[in-house]
Amino acid sequence: MGFEKFGRKSFTAVTKTAKFVDLLAEGKIEGTTCKDCGAKFFPPRADCGKCFSKNMDWFEMPKNGKLETFTTAHYAPFGFEADPPYTMGVVNFGEGLKLFARLDKSIKPEEVKVDMDVKIRPLKYDDGQLAFEITKA
Amino acid sequence: MEEVAIVGVGQTAFVRGYEGSIRELAFDAFREAMQDAGITQKDVDASIFCSAPEYDKQRSPAGVLAEYLGLIPQPTFYVETVCSSSSTGVKVAYSMIKSGLHDVVVVLGFQKMSEITSAESQERMGRGADIQWEAPFGTMMPAYYALYAQAYMAKHGLTHDDLMGVRLKSSTYGAVNDRAVYRKPVKAGDFKQGDPEAKLAGPVAWPLRVGDCCANADGSSCIILANAKKAKSFSKKPVWILGIGAASEAVNMAARPDFAKGLSVGYGAAAQAYKMAGIASKDVKVAEVHDCFTIAEIMAYEGLGFAPMGEGKQLIREKATYKEGRIPVNVDGGLLSKGHPIGATGGSQIRTIVLQLRGEAGPMQVAGEPDIGLVHNIGGVGLYGNVTIFGR
Repeated sequence: MGFEKFGRKSFTAVTKTAKFVDLLAEGKIEGTTCKDCGAKFFPPRADCGKCFSKNMDWFEMPKNGKLETFTTAHYAPFGFEADPPYTMGVVNFGEGLKLFARLDKSIKPEEVKVDMDVKIRPLKYDDGQLAFEITKA
Repeated sequence: MEEVAIVGVGQTAFVRGYEGSIRELAFDAFREAMQDAGITQKDVDASIFCSAPEYDKQRSPAGVLAEYLGLIPQPTFYVETVCSSSSTGVKVAYSMIKSGLHDVVVVLGFQKMSEITSAESQERMGRGADIQWEAPFGTMMPAYYALYAQAYMAKHGLTHDDLMGVRLKSSTYGAVNDRAVYRKPVKAGDFKQGDPEAKLAGPVAWPLRVGDCCANADGSSCIILANAKKAKSFSKKPVWILGIGAASEAVNMAARPDFAKGLSVGYGAAAQAYKMAGIASKDVKVAEVHDCFTIAEIMAYEGLGFAPMGEGKQLIREKATYKEGRIPVNVDGGLLSKGHPIGATGGSQIRTIVLQLRGEAGPMQVAGEPDIGLVHNIGGVGLYGNVTIFGR
């Protein structure tokens, strides 16, 4: 599957990490890890920036973390006009791994707090686009 | 090694919808800076043009603009670090002069944001950060800074009234700056939640409101640098570059260390610049900081050491960054009131500090004949950061 399937609207068609989208289709949210030095990356990288290895493998991201910060967008860029308001945030899993995504639309805005426990899960839009989202733990 | 001075500064008014092309826009700031320096094109050895390229229809603008300004056949090229492009251009010009390669270099920052339609502009803003992994979620600049604001406010007790305080200060000076796009007075009532008449209260990317965000504008700025020998031969009072610091940070929010701490590039660039200049933050008499959003000014205070971490709000509450305060900041209205024509912004900040150090800032002049000034210019969401220190 091509990377144009990623997110609400993708701006990238070709990447060596396009397998990420196939894994999403299988219900997995994965980062990459270097087989030589053990470095872990999310978002995934095709190349190890630490030891220059190209010998990378996939690993499943932790499910649970804390919401480090968030924002609710009341305006949207071109191509996303139908979506606002929507909330986006950063999850900190510890051990140097974080993730940026939208929050589950069913969470009420007043329930969202910095440092709240959250989990991540794959998401399929009605038009077939694949993403992941942050929801309550 | 020879020192490097600013010998000429110029800036257009920042406006909505400049009535001319980018070459004409560039000419207006260039003309003012050349007349300020009292030199002609034959005195200039090289030129550097700075903007964010996605707004220009013209590909490779440096050659086109250099021709229009009469700066051919001297070497010319283009430099880009988004919103900090022209302070990066000044750093490159400094290096070329310091190395002995050139004696006099023109740095021209420009942006005609109205060159493209507002729908096109919105799309480009959505692509302003990590287009592979973040833009597919519908990101935009205010949302990114709102991530910092949310974490910072939760940890340090910064309030919406504090953020409003930054904008109220900005508007005080925007009203007296004839180069600013936003000159209307702003009052606390403009931020009142739920009041349909309160034009600055509406949420853009919560917790940031309309009044927390700077506006797009068209404009250009020009800074002329020279080595000591040339600077002393020109008639104007030279202003010397004492220190330069620059840093970069991961583009993706998932790789950012600590949102409650603010932008790491602000801290990194400041530390380098202070070290090179051999001064401390308390020695700075007047500063320009990158207030693309109100939260950015509070974070800048701390990165620059004007306040301890988490205490930036005290400077606004105590009016310490007003013109009469302990450390005047953005007393030309900042990006919030001047507007933010991306490539021109750094040069505009530098022009303000040069005028302050020369005692030529008019109604914005800080008293006490300031001898050291600082410019803090950020590119993207803290993707790039430049801090430059100037002295008389």
